[in-house]
Amino acid sequence: MPALVEMRQIAKTFGPVVALNGVDFTVHSDEVVGLVGDNGAGKSTLMKILTGVHQPDAGEVWLAGTRVRFHSPLESRRNGIEMVYQDLGLAENLNAIANIFLGREVTHRTGGLRLLSEGEMERQGRGHLNGLQISLPSVFLPVERLSGGQRQSVAIARATAFRAQLVIMDEPAASLAVTEATKVLALIKRLREQGVSVVLISHRLQDVFDVSDRIVVLNRGSKVGDLRRQDTTMEDVVGLIVGKSA
Amino acid sequence: MMQLEGAPSAKAAIVRRLAPSHAAVGRFGLILVMALMMAILTILQPAYFLTRENLTNIARQISSNAILALGEFAVIVTAGIDLSVGSVMGLSMIVLALAVHAEWAAGLAALAALLAGLGVGLINGLALTRLHLPHPFIATLATLNIARGATYLLSGGVPISGLPRAVRLWGAEDITLFGGTSFPIDFPISFLIVIALYLAVWVFLTKTRTGRHVYAIGGSPKAAQYAGINIPRNLTLVYALSGGLAGVAGVLLAGRVNSGYPTAGTGAELDAIAAVIIGGASFFGGRGTAGGVFIGAVIMGLLRNGLNLMNVSVFWQQVLLGFIILLAVYLDVLRRRAMRLEG
Repeated sequence: MPALVEMRQIAKTFGPVVALNGVDFTVHSDEVVGLVGDNGAGKSTLMKILTGVHQPDAGEVWLAGTRVRFHSPLESRRNGIEMVYQDLGLAENLNAIANIFLGREVTHRTGGLRLLSEGEMERQGRGHLNGLQISLPSVFLPVERLSGGQRQSVAIARATAFRAQLVIMDEPAASLAVTEATKVLALIKRLREQGVSVVLISHRLQDVFDVSDRIVVLNRGSKVGDLRRQDTTMEDVVGLIVGKSA
Repeated sequence: MMQLEGAPSAKAAIVRRLAPSHAAVGRFGLILVMALMMAILTILQPAYFLTRENLTNIARQISSNAILALGEFAVIVTAGIDLSVGSVMGLSMIVLALAVHAEWAAGLAALAALLAGLGVGLINGLALTRLHLPHPFIATLATLNIARGATYLLSGGVPISGLPRAVRLWGAEDITLFGGTSFPIDFPISFLIVIALYLAVWVFLTKTRTGRHVYAIGGSPKAAQYAGINIPRNLTLVYALSGGLAGVAGVLLAGRVNSGYPTAGTGAELDAIAAVIIGGASFFGGRGTAGGVFIGAVIMGLLRNGLNLMNVSVFWQQVLLGFIILLAVYLDVLRRRAMRLEG
């Protein structure tokens, strides 16, 4: 069976800056991959190429055995790749249900008008939240009134509500209190159980070791490590990130 | 801290029922203010305030401002501003009067006035989204001047009086509702139009995809963009709507005063903004309801009417309006603070 995502020899330069220098990156089905590296190592650029924000100068992207070229995040999303943005990408004034369905609202026709199907969206949205064991004080509160962890959960629920196969998360627990961060990490494990693969970009190695099956280390645009979690230690990974080990 | 949705306790059920009602609390406060003003006016002017004549008079007087405020509200939901609505209303009146005097059919003349408003609104939207002017304040400040100048040029700076009844009736006449029953009511046509437009915009903003997207753009443009919402298209639509509604307001005002005069609507954009703010919409976008704005417009109308009845000078009226705006927004600040403490 082909890998869910296979990026081969990806290269990308921005003017004089070599952001990526022939990177291979693979994500299998039901797998959590931790993507680590120092600032400027190329993590974000690699993921932006995967989601179609940037186009690679060289290299190929394969999705479940098919060569793909994504020209926009919309195209990658249609193919089951979702990104949870660091600033969450939620409309603060809308409630959880409205946010989950934002841009993909369910509608019906009444008397010649195409109207929102609020009841249907609430039913589906609650079902999805329950499936991920996400609990909120109310699905009708504007998300600005939810805690940081609850908002992060809503953002993840939004990303996974429409048959996502891969969710990319950029520092999902960075700004959260410890108990809330734990819940988000548990949510990542639950996604894997439900057959959704996750790429976790994080500086918090503890989190990465907690949930990842595999850890990929980038250093100045090159892949310097691709290790199964049980085969490595935090010291090894730190060494690769700062680039002193062989 | 997190209440499980799947296993609702009685408390959770209560919380859930109360949770969405904060908007309602705000609106309830507004209704209370409106009721209080009516009660005070009834006590102070028992012989006159509650007469049918006075009430329909208020309804007719607030029609134009209510409609301008409705369009302004849609714009403010997107965190924008439309300074041109007063000038556009003036332009619409003059276009209507000129068309009528050029022997156009009444319906056609009204349509031309409406299209003039829609056209300026469209220009506002395109200037913002295509020319990428930095803030809607700029684009609509420009069209405020352009539309006002055009109004003076078209009219030669003098009022154009005398409109046919078919045009006047929209702004000036009553229609008998429930005529067949034992409770016939003579209702101002202009106020019926106001109610219909508010209902239509309420449905548009709260029941349709586009309306949901308009709120999302006002709440978080970035989130809207991530969600694949076409922001330029939605903004253009909202500014066109505001212009079109200003066109309607011009037709009603022309009917009420039986003329088009070039100074009409000077400064009216500020009254419209005041009604939106008193009505509880946030100047920073994403928040507010059409119902609240409607009450905001009614409160302003009651204030003017009451102070007129009591022979308070218009200068003092303006001072008081300023205080009402301060008070309304301050109450909103207090409500939000209470909400945050509770949450």
